Amino acid sequence: MNQITTKFQIQVINQDQEFFCSSDNSLLVGMERFNSGCIDVGCRGGGCGVCKIKVIEGEFTSKRMSKAHISEEDLEQGIVLACRIFPASDMKIEAELTQLPRVAND
Amino acid sequence: MKKGVMRPGHIQLRVLDMEEALKHYRDLIGLIEVERDPQGRVYLKGWTEVDKFSVVLREADEPGMDFVSYKVLDNETLNKLHQELIEYGCNTEEIPAGELNGCGRRIRFDSPTGHMFEIFAEKEQTGKWGVSNVNPEAWPRGLKGMKATRFDHCLLYGNNIAGTIDLFQKILGFDLAEQVLDDEGTRIAGFLSVSMKAHDVAFIEHPEPGKFHHASFFLNTWEDVLRAADLISMEDVSLDIGPTRHGLTHGKTIYFFDPSGNRSEVFCEGDYHYPDHEPVTWTTEELGKAIFYHDRVLNDRFLTVLT
Ligand code: FES
Ligand SMILES: [Fe+2]
Repeated sequence: MNQITTKFQIQVINQDQEFFCSSDNSLLVGMERFNSGCIDVGCRGGGCGVCKIKVIEGEFTSKRMSKAHISEEDLEQGIVLACRIFPASDMKIEAELTQLPRVAND
Repeated sequence: MKKGVMRPGHIQLRVLDMEEALKHYRDLIGLIEVERDPQGRVYLKGWTEVDKFSVVLREADEPGMDFVSYKVLDNETLNKLHQELIEYGCNTEEIPAGELNGCGRRIRFDSPTGHMFEIFAEKEQTGKWGVSNVNPEAWPRGLKGMKATRFDHCLLYGNNIAGTIDLFQKILGFDLAEQVLDDEGTRIAGFLSVSMKAHDVAFIEHPEPGKFHHASFFLNTWEDVLRAADLISMEDVSLDIGPTRHGLTHGKTIYFFDPSGNRSEVFCEGDYHYPDHEPVTWTTEELGKAIFYHDRVLNDRFLTVLT
């Protein structure tokens, strides 16, 4: 049996959207499972940089992100890769969909 | 013209977490873990490869490719090509034997697209994994995951692919097997072969230099590609696209990402190339079909997501 996991509410404030994500999914995978398109999906592994977001509010844990896309200064400003952070509370984020046009056959 | 370059020898990839990367390359793709060196790099190979290793993983804070290396016939060829690379205008560096365990002296050189390449002549030959060279059985027991047979090729993105393709043709003796030409006749993709394979390396024009698109591993059958797709779902691995077929080279393929975001491919079949073959040309009008023969639409993630 799987443990029951809490789903946190993730508000994408600049797009007026929200989705729900458990602490064992990255924000990006949580968003995909919710069938939302509010963050661009690339490699899902912290390497390509297309899922860059800004955390405005909320707690999270994170895995290593490519230094080519996220610098120390980015981290200080809450700029992270959505595929490498895992929510630990409800969150408010900002995401721009400018980096990658929607994949036509997704 | 053949210049004594035989085949892809090894590729060194950067990963964010070594143990996660090994779950991908060893347990999922099914490469054999050969050894680890004092720097913490891990060496792997496909089971049919006779040389000691073909993939080297290095933990770093930025994924991507360090270099890809090609094996040449002998030391005389290595010295001759080194000289020609210098005359061509490459910056070259001699990497002493043993810097990679079991590998002889390597000549590293830069390229117009910003990628680092190497050639070498000698590497310890440990033979195919799990089968003898005398009266060999069909395949070894104990293979894992997708049971990839060999590291086959990589696709690299960078600016000025014309320059790097010229270098590979003139100095290293690769042939242009397939290409994509835009409306003005400019080559935006080139697939190069140094063997009978449809490609041993491929390049796509892109504004940023030195980018890595994928490393590809060979499977024997379409059934194996479908089984690879099953494993990708079972293990909840990040899927890019497939199983499907390419128009370019006509290989049957699936793309997915390693846990650091480097793209992997496993594929089977596809066209073959001899030195007297004219390059096969795809036009940008049919680019969707050239890349994914069934979907026939351009897939932005496939074209733009790189490490
Ligand atoms: S999707 Fe590639 S870095 Fe997040
Ligand atoms: Fe490929």
